[in-house]
Amino acid sequence: MSEGTIKKFMFVNRTAPYGTVYALESLEVVLISAAFDQDVSLAFIGDGVWQLKKGQQTKGIETKNFSPTYRALEGYDVEKLYVERESLEARGLAEDELIVDVTVLDAKELGALMEEQDVVVSC
Amino acid sequence: MKFGILVNEGPYQHQASDSAYLFCRAALAKGHEIQRVFFYHDGVNNSTRLTEPPQDDRNIVARWSKLGADHGVDLVVCVAAALRRGIKDENLAPGFRISGLGQLVESGIQADRLVVFGD
Repeated sequence: MSEGTIKKFMFVNRTAPYGTVYALESLEVVLISAAFDQDVSLAFIGDGVWQLKKGQQTKGIETKNFSPTYRALEGYDVEKLYVERESLEARGLAEDELIVDVTVLDAKELGALMEEQDVVVSC
Repeated sequence: MKFGILVNEGPYQHQASDSAYLFCRAALAKGHEIQRVFFYHDGVNNSTRLTEPPQDDRNIVARWSKLGADHGVDLVVCVAAALRRGIKDENLAPGFRISGLGQLVESGIQADRLVVFGD
């Protein structure tokens, strides 16, 4: 495989932001893969949609609020953020409650998009 | 086929590292190549030489080390995730090496398939 290879990487976020470390550590991989000039996208499904909720306040749980990082992704040319419609609706969330601009897709559309990827990293 | 492997869970607590190990062994037995095994999140706990499981149980850490020695499999532990969890060179089991997340992305680029084992 040549050095200039660009693959389609999709990072699938399925967990709420602070209950486990998955969301925080996965963001680190996203930033690194962008540094490798790969074609990076993020998908948020299930409780993963909570990662993008506006107004996160973490003082009470003595944990770092890393949600501003999602707003910085644009600066790394990571601009493809997909959120599953069913997951938003099941949690009573609307698109305007999210801290970044996203594309809302239904499960079927998101599935088709996953099908197109070279690498899918889910956690 | 050339496989990259990502292990996201710790040993004993979760099936993921057993499944990843058995997958590697089966793939090698079929003549496939394991390009790299990358340990991330709690998966880094697969690499500590301080592990001492009961004698009648499998030794997951030693098993990875043996896979590395027998087949030359590159066993890479994420440095940031490792430091968070107290894994350093001084307590690293044989055959593992600590490196950066770039090694995981490289695995995704170089391997034909990146297979993720996690929760």
